Amino acid sequence: MTDTKINREDKTDFSVETKPVARTQWQLIWKQFKRHKLALFGLYTLLILYVVCVAFPGFFAPYSQTNEFEGTNVPPHRIRFVDVDGNFHIRPFVYNRTQELDMETFQQVYTTDTSKRYPIKFFVRGDKYSVLGLYETDIHLFGVEDGGRIFLFGSEDLGRDLFSRVIYAGRVSLTIGFVGVFISMILGLLLGGISGLAGGVVDELIQRIIELLMSIPKIPLWMALAAAIPQQWSAIKVYFAITIILSFMGWTGIARVARSKFISLREEDFVAAAHSFNAPMTIIIIKHLIPNFMSYLIVRLTLAIPGMIIAETSLSFLGVGLKAPVVSLGVLLQRAQSFQTVSLYPWLLLPGLIVVIVVLSYNFVGDGLRDAADPYS
Amino acid sequence: MLNFILRRSIFMIINIMLISILAFTVIQLPPGDFLSSQLESLRAQYGNNVEDRIEYLRELYGLNLPMHQQYLKWIKGIIFRGDFGQSFKENRSVKEIVVERLPLTMIITLFSLLLTWVIAIPIGVFSAVKKYTVFDYIFTFIAFIGRSIPSFLLALILMFFLYENFGMSIGGLFSPEFKNASWSLAKIMDLFKHMILPVIIIGAAGTAGMVRVLRSMVLDELGKQYVQTARSKGLAERVVIWKHIFRIAILPIISTIGWLLPRLVSGAMIISIVLNLPTTGAIMYQSLLNQDMFVAGAFVLLLSTLTIIGTLISDILLGLVDPRIRYE
Repeated sequence: MTDTKINREDKTDFSVETKPVARTQWQLIWKQFKRHKLALFGLYTLLILYVVCVAFPGFFAPYSQTNEFEGTNVPPHRIRFVDVDGNFHIRPFVYNRTQELDMETFQQVYTTDTSKRYPIKFFVRGDKYSVLGLYETDIHLFGVEDGGRIFLFGSEDLGRDLFSRVIYAGRVSLTIGFVGVFISMILGLLLGGISGLAGGVVDELIQRIIELLMSIPKIPLWMALAAAIPQQWSAIKVYFAITIILSFMGWTGIARVARSKFISLREEDFVAAAHSFNAPMTIIIIKHLIPNFMSYLIVRLTLAIPGMIIAETSLSFLGVGLKAPVVSLGVLLQRAQSFQTVSLYPWLLLPGLIVVIVVLSYNFVGDGLRDAADPYS
Repeated sequence: MLNFILRRSIFMIINIMLISILAFTVIQLPPGDFLSSQLESLRAQYGNNVEDRIEYLRELYGLNLPMHQQYLKWIKGIIFRGDFGQSFKENRSVKEIVVERLPLTMIITLFSLLLTWVIAIPIGVFSAVKKYTVFDYIFTFIAFIGRSIPSFLLALILMFFLYENFGMSIGGLFSPEFKNASWSLAKIMDLFKHMILPVIIIGAAGTAGMVRVLRSMVLDELGKQYVQTARSKGLAERVVIWKHIFRIAILPIISTIGWLLPRLVSGAMIISIVLNLPTTGAIMYQSLLNQDMFVAGAFVLLLSTLTIIGTLISDILLGLVDPRIRYE
């Protein structure tokens, strides 16, 4: 079956190009990857999310993450084109919500105040923020003029805009998986590589350590390590500590893969050839061994990132991971912990939607990469 | 085979010993201990005598001893007397707590596993056999989404959905009127009614992953020569799939069957917390939060031991199911 497939591809290639063109491995992978429409979709989604949340959160968020407005748990504002009188407006607008106390249930009730339209404007001035830590500005992508509010995701119990907070939370949650996977890749490659290449007692020792670490239940280990973080540490230190804990849990799987690949590759002819040319071991590892399973490794890593994002979210949700004032998607979801809160303020679950979108995109990309990883097959 | 089991068992015992040390270190990691974290409530109880009381309790549980002596005391109790120590918080033995919670946890986990398999196996196999059909696309998509939702979020959403649409109140395993009642048919019915949702949620959490694994395994096997041979012998397609392909495709799942052992004990911890289920997972979480160290230590030790035993069982099972594997 595979033979016929390859033949067909060759034919189309000949009809398009008149002379054969040499392509690098990465070009072949990209060509194959582009065919997987969902993977491509996932990749673009991730790119957008990383630009919005990680690179320029201040610009895309209408408010700062700490700005507290009057009124708590305001339901999301609806973006409207048609006003109460049935007139159509080309520029979308929102109505403010006014708060009243329902004297029967003693709950805050919000009614839409239709007396004044607040058109949504672009590039408006608002809270100050710094761009990539370089310079300060106060221009936001969108917003409404003074007196109006725009809460796309509603607001939470301190009256802060949930949409803005989700964007800032995304910065933490999206990078934590990335950095964590990177650290566990280095640890895994190093220890797995040593284990596979050295063999003997060293190999046995490292394998036993990995087995031990793998058999300890994850959540208690997380909780113990997270609880051991000193309370007085600053937010940024806690962030890095949690990242390191996450990667500490994740490296064992990668080490196993690296080890088995090193073992099977070190017997290959091309390695023996390199040896016969007196190539030093470091060169053999970097130039010959690692490129051989790099594509496979990248697939594994892509699929490991969503695992870490879910881990961070779950931990913070339980209250044993990141804690306020750090905002991560898990920290935001903590507010939705009780069922009563969710039934009263369902929009507090919206940060979860972002988690699902991010993880789903990573899974799509990972799936596409897996199909494309070995372009010669 | 016997040799293999013997050798692995010896390794296993060494591993379990190391694990017990590691488990003890892990539960000691957070600063302070149970007594210091409960200082306020003890003060309310004992007034000005609180210092004496704490000193007495420290002495009683050996909390003043150096770490290695504490460990030895703990492990001796477990090995020689089967005594896992006392729960500080509930003021009774750890064994009692485990015995009380274990049966219900196991029932819930078993039912949800059964549900996972009943759903995942046919869907996984059929979406491979009917590759790139509407059926395949729909279930691939659902499986992708299922894999992307954190389990606690799924629990919250389902809870919200069922409450909004059917007015089902959720949380716990018993209605208030049955909570302390003795066992009766009505209580069992009540239990089953409350178990449906946890079973669905815990079952759903594992289904998506299993569907994907099975699908890709069956796809790999479909192209192989022994399948052609089987077909050319004139076997019915049904027989080819279930008797020839399925036996190989199920191997990755069998290799994880041993991990079910710890899962039976821990239950689905996060889901249990969200749904407020009285499982062992929930109490383990509580004990870790409160630094109720003997309860936490017992669970961590129990779970890791079961993981190690489970891995061995998986390896043995794999050898039994897959005749290509030989243990030297």
